[in-house]
Amino acid sequence: MATIENNLFDIRYMDTLASGNSSLHKIDPRAKLITTLIFICMVVSLGKYEISRMVPFVIYPMALIISAELPILYLFKKIAIVAPFAILVGIFNPFFDTQPLVQIGDFSISGGWISFTSILLRFGLTVSAALILICLTGFNGVCMALEKLKVPGPFVVQLMFLYRYLFVLIEEASRMVRARSLRSFDSKGMRFNVFVQLLGQLLLRTLDRAQRIHLAMCCRGFDGHVRLNRTMSFGYREIQFILFWSLLFVIARWYNLPVKIGSIIEGYFL
Amino acid sequence: MSHHIVQADNLNHTYSDGTMGIKNISFKITHGESVALVGANGAGKSTLLLHLNGCLMSTKGEIRIGDFPLNKTNLKSVRRSVGMVFQEPDDQLFMPTVFDDVAFGPISLGLPETEVETKVLNALETVGAVHLKDRQPYKLSGGEKRAVAIATTLATSPDILVLDEPTSNLDPVSRRRLIELLKTFEHTKIIATHDLDMALDVCERTIVMHNGEITADRPTQDVFNDDALLARSGLERPLRMQAICTIPFINTKTG
Repeated sequence: MATIENNLFDIRYMDTLASGNSSLHKIDPRAKLITTLIFICMVVSLGKYEISRMVPFVIYPMALIISAELPILYLFKKIAIVAPFAILVGIFNPFFDTQPLVQIGDFSISGGWISFTSILLRFGLTVSAALILICLTGFNGVCMALEKLKVPGPFVVQLMFLYRYLFVLIEEASRMVRARSLRSFDSKGMRFNVFVQLLGQLLLRTLDRAQRIHLAMCCRGFDGHVRLNRTMSFGYREIQFILFWSLLFVIARWYNLPVKIGSIIEGYFL
Repeated sequence: MSHHIVQADNLNHTYSDGTMGIKNISFKITHGESVALVGANGAGKSTLLLHLNGCLMSTKGEIRIGDFPLNKTNLKSVRRSVGMVFQEPDDQLFMPTVFDDVAFGPISLGLPETEVETKVLNALETVGAVHLKDRQPYKLSGGEKRAVAIATTLATSPDILVLDEPTSNLDPVSRRRLIELLKTFEHTKIIATHDLDMALDVCERTIVMHNGEITADRPTQDVFNDDALLARSGLERPLRMQAICTIPFINTKTG
């Protein structure tokens, strides 16, 4: 259970980071959200063998981490937690795609390995960009940006409530698991039927709570819309931020920068 | 016309599964009164409270807030005049930050932005929680959550405050602070509680419930001096009114 609770504090740590005071923190959440979305689209749209084109994209997360002084180890750990999903997606590529693609001396690398690497790279880039966005803006900041960008209300409210009650739910679950473990003296793990019972209980409690929350909302005049009173300022700095990075992404997407730079250096020395 | 009167006429509620919630409840609470609602667990206190602003509708009888019987058409204005503080602050604080949460009511009422801000700050000031305004509700302590939960209702300027177990789960100092705060409110107050000492401090009148019915509706002092009534209703005297030495004192020194 300790692990779940630790993870909880870990998530809360992102909010602590988001309350930082660097110039990147102060940029309007909408600008950061849009830039992150463009970044993700550009990275994902690259072909499956194009590793070299992906390399320049590393600049974006790195620049943000360094200038906002985000804890890089913490981010790596977060990425590592979700890595198994990406590995699972790509792990069979080397077995199915055995066509040699790169030849270095006697050593050849198959297309499968290349595409597997590109999946991992893509995953690392997109997840780190999303994490950095949250570390710089806070989850609620992102929600508010979505609202201001006219994303339909129900989606935004869903996200906001998800984040608000995630902690309550995890605390509730961890209390139940603790109560179980205190009274099951010899057990080495949770029996399946006990697990099912706990899960069912948790669902019922959640439904009850949802009903109480709905009542509390109705008592304060809820009419189907959650309105946030936030003034955000989208100014010169924001436009600059979006334009600079988007331009860089577009260039990196359509020109193979490492190859270009390589050939320039080659031309210079040879 | 006064919105500050709460009147129940032969109120009955049966839950959809057939459980009797409350039966034959009648009372009249007038402007500025402070009334404690006490009773054993399952006596129907919370069920009754939920009727006061239309969270539950009675199966028989009616409730009048001010001069109007509560019904679906005037629900919104009734909810504006009856502010409800739930027992579990986590249920009440559903917005991302304390400020947003307190602002939820005023914004829903359609107040202009600048007015919302003053309302919110005034409400937070009253409960002494202005410094918490940018914090996230899940990071607050129990006492802070309770204070903010009360501020969320104060922000809509209700005439009548309904509180469900306001002092539960509070440490002694927070509890004392809350009692002092409640005493300063000039609203009509209806407080369901097991904290009988608090009832003694805050409320001049007490309604006792048992098995869904009202068994007494008298001045607080009077109720807590009636041992037979208290025993019948599954209650006992507030601690401070109990005889000094009800627990036998064991003298370990026998020499």
